[in-house]
Amino acid sequence: MGRQEAKIALEDGTVLRGLSFGATGETCGEAVFNTSMTGYQEILTDPSYKGQIVAMTYPLIGNYGVNSEDVESSRPFVEGFAVKECSQIASNWRAEKTLGAYLKENGIIGIEGIDTRALTKHLRVAGVMKAVISTEDTDARSLIRKARESPGLVGRDLVKEVACQKQYVWGDEDRYTVVVIDCGVKYNILRSLASRGCRVIVAPAETGPEEILEMKPDGVLLSNGPGDPAGVPYVVETVRALLDKVPIFGICLGHQMLGLALGGKTYKLKFGHRGANHPVKDIRTGKICITVQNHGFCVNADTLDSREVEVTHINLNDQTLEGIRHRRLPIFSVQFHPEASPGPHDAVYLFDEFIAMLEERRAKKG
Amino acid sequence: MPRRDDIEKILIIGAGPIIIGQACEFDYSGTQACKVLRQEGFEVILVNSNPATIMTDTVMADRTYVEPITPEVVERIIEREKPDALLPTLGGQTALNTAVALADRGVLEKHGVEAIGAKIEAIRKAENRRLFKDAMLNIGLEVPRSAEAADMHEARDILRESGLPVVIRPAFTLGGTGGGIAYNIEEFERIALRGLELSMIHQILIEESVIGWKEFELEVMRDLKDNVVVICSIENFDAMGVHTGDSITVAPAQTLSDKEYQRMRDAAIACIREIGVETGGSNIQFAVNPNDGQMVIIEMNPRVSRSSALASKATGFPIAKIAAKLAVGYTLDEIPNDITKETPACFEPTIDYCVVKIPRFAFGKFPEADATLTTSMKSVGEAMAIGRTFKEALQKGLRSLEVGRAGLDDLKKDVPLEILSERLRTPNTERVFYIKHAFQKGMGIGEICELTGIDLWFLHNIKQIVALEREIAKYREPGSETIPTELLMRAKEFGFSDIQLAKLLGKDQVSISKLRHERAVIPTYKLVDTCAAEFEAFTPYFYSTYETGIEILERGT
Repeated sequence: MGRQEAKIALEDGTVLRGLSFGATGETCGEAVFNTSMTGYQEILTDPSYKGQIVAMTYPLIGNYGVNSEDVESSRPFVEGFAVKECSQIASNWRAEKTLGAYLKENGIIGIEGIDTRALTKHLRVAGVMKAVISTEDTDARSLIRKARESPGLVGRDLVKEVACQKQYVWGDEDRYTVVVIDCGVKYNILRSLASRGCRVIVAPAETGPEEILEMKPDGVLLSNGPGDPAGVPYVVETVRALLDKVPIFGICLGHQMLGLALGGKTYKLKFGHRGANHPVKDIRTGKICITVQNHGFCVNADTLDSREVEVTHINLNDQTLEGIRHRRLPIFSVQFHPEASPGPHDAVYLFDEFIAMLEERRAKKG
Repeated sequence: MPRRDDIEKILIIGAGPIIIGQACEFDYSGTQACKVLRQEGFEVILVNSNPATIMTDTVMADRTYVEPITPEVVERIIEREKPDALLPTLGGQTALNTAVALADRGVLEKHGVEAIGAKIEAIRKAENRRLFKDAMLNIGLEVPRSAEAADMHEARDILRESGLPVVIRPAFTLGGTGGGIAYNIEEFERIALRGLELSMIHQILIEESVIGWKEFELEVMRDLKDNVVVICSIENFDAMGVHTGDSITVAPAQTLSDKEYQRMRDAAIACIREIGVETGGSNIQFAVNPNDGQMVIIEMNPRVSRSSALASKATGFPIAKIAAKLAVGYTLDEIPNDITKETPACFEPTIDYCVVKIPRFAFGKFPEADATLTTSMKSVGEAMAIGRTFKEALQKGLRSLEVGRAGLDDLKKDVPLEILSERLRTPNTERVFYIKHAFQKGMGIGEICELTGIDLWFLHNIKQIVALEREIAKYREPGSETIPTELLMRAKEFGFSDIQLAKLLGKDQVSISKLRHERAVIPTYKLVDTCAAEFEAFTPYFYSTYETGIEILERGT
């Protein structure tokens, strides 16, 4: 059929053979699976996937093509993309190109025609692991060695590779000023703040606490981002310095950094949470939200001081920690993605809670 | 909230005789409900006029009345049994209509019987076209522009405003009975009159035509704490204008971007809340304009429906069983997911395969019936197939119909272009085969899309099947080498049966089967597990496919 062959090799010696789509070449990353059935474009452009090769469990990907609106950052950040079948055509009124063409343009290496369910089951049982996709090297042993020698995620600072280098302002609202500490923020977090009247100042991850306070923010948002929270101790330091100064809302990596700043510890999950169907219970109300998630690390609830920090959300699938709130200070965070995109909108109310917090703070200040 | 203790005896109304639009799927849902409620310690009273059902087996209910499902008879059963509650949402439209009639006669109030699952007011709001439309406009959703008529005079007034074509939908009927699309004035007169006669409340809705739009359904569940989850999305292969029961349908939706899907999900959740279906499943239908994404809500079934049965089989999530538990007070997070055991039923199933349902028709037995497909359901059965690709599921489904097809077979003889265009334009039971024929004759995908209104993505998949056939047929030539293993495997991934391959290669079925086994091109079996392999599954529900990973040999997966 004339299509170029591609292989994906895992560090434990597993090798799957498929066909190349998108760019050709060789790439390495941590192999993870995502169970969302829609939203591949948002997933590809989510900076949190830096350092990872994403396998989609839904087998038919690319059906509705790619457009220029449904992006979560300036470009795709995944290291590689693995699917069962990539659609050769794009069928949607907004589609501008096929998924294959988009990946090729952006230099992202894809592999299709592999048994993504077998891969998923393997990662579930054995845990996520380092992997290589190659369209050049077909020697299994050499590929496995390359996977083993690849850097992996643990302890690494991937934030510096995806966060903005220079501060910028998003939107032209001005009711509140919110500084976003950018560790690889998704655009929809910025859109969600701007649509609620916030002037959003996106600051590089290294921005120090004094500099942030000089911007006179009504609140600070700690963004999502890639990799291990232990890889960004400098951001954790900044968060610690801001704790009693300004209202704070953390999302995903932002939640983990807040957890660390509050004295907690994080650990790596066996195969992470990546999908758009995770049930999360708000303990305060008993209400359940279906949430979209993308994280490989988690805050250990037992390491937090329960006199200071209240657990507000838990995951109903595995009882892991999903949200916390400070008992005295206007600070809260969630492990899932209230901004959705992709995924359900059930948890957008958290942005309203953040705004209410800013409002309350302002009222207090007079 | 745990199980309700203030009710003890529950009356379940079955679906009655098997007719077009109401077949054994309601026996399946009713049986599940009976089992669950008895397990929960409730006394279950059942009425169903059809003794040829599983639910009327004597072990299913504490007492079973094989009596006509009419308000008069059910009233007498209520007088005699004095149930605390009536569960009308699992017996199809018959049960729902009977429950409304009982309420109208004051029977429920007189005997202190509580409707559980859906309150009578919610049923009225969902089933009455005007109330439904007002409710949807109230929550900011778009509906097709429409007006209702109670007689022909009103109907003609509306037509003067709207112009043709229009869709005519009688209120409170089953499977769209009596409805239809009127392209000309004669059809309008005929369908409107028939609709008025068939409607239980002599009301028809005359609706702006959204023919040619894409049609979707969402299966939604809600509990008493107002938690709402979407169990499954379904996309119709045929565009609006063909009754869902007569259309090839596909799960999950294939051609919606996440932005569009989430908008539809939000609308479905807002809809079930506004209508006020307290617990259980509802089926909500949408149309989407393929040219600009405009979405309108078409209708809602405030009950377990034909599509719920499909969605249950497609995802592994037992909708009727969970609906019965929700009706007696449990909340979604209190009910475990039977398949994973560890995780709760409060989640949204995600699947890692494609499901195709194909209707089966019996026009051979009714030669005088019009075989054109419209908004009234005509199919008498269906086959559902699961594959890792749409192509595989489509071909598996076609041969599972047991109508002598081995898959997406060729037409028996060539059809001239003019007739072919007509067969593509007017929905009919063989249309998918005419689409194949059109590709074989070299018709462009754009033209086929134009004629059929079927989404390009589905058409492209059929085109791929046709292209692969050509590739395979090259190995038929005398003196050519035998088909390469990789191509054989690909054919299997595209859902080709050995019979089809034998025909393409000029061989017999046995020799193809032998060749496959020599080359180790053999099926593997994968699990339907509600979660795309994210969690371990314990229910042995498998489908065959051609992949590298083999699950049936692994214990306990």
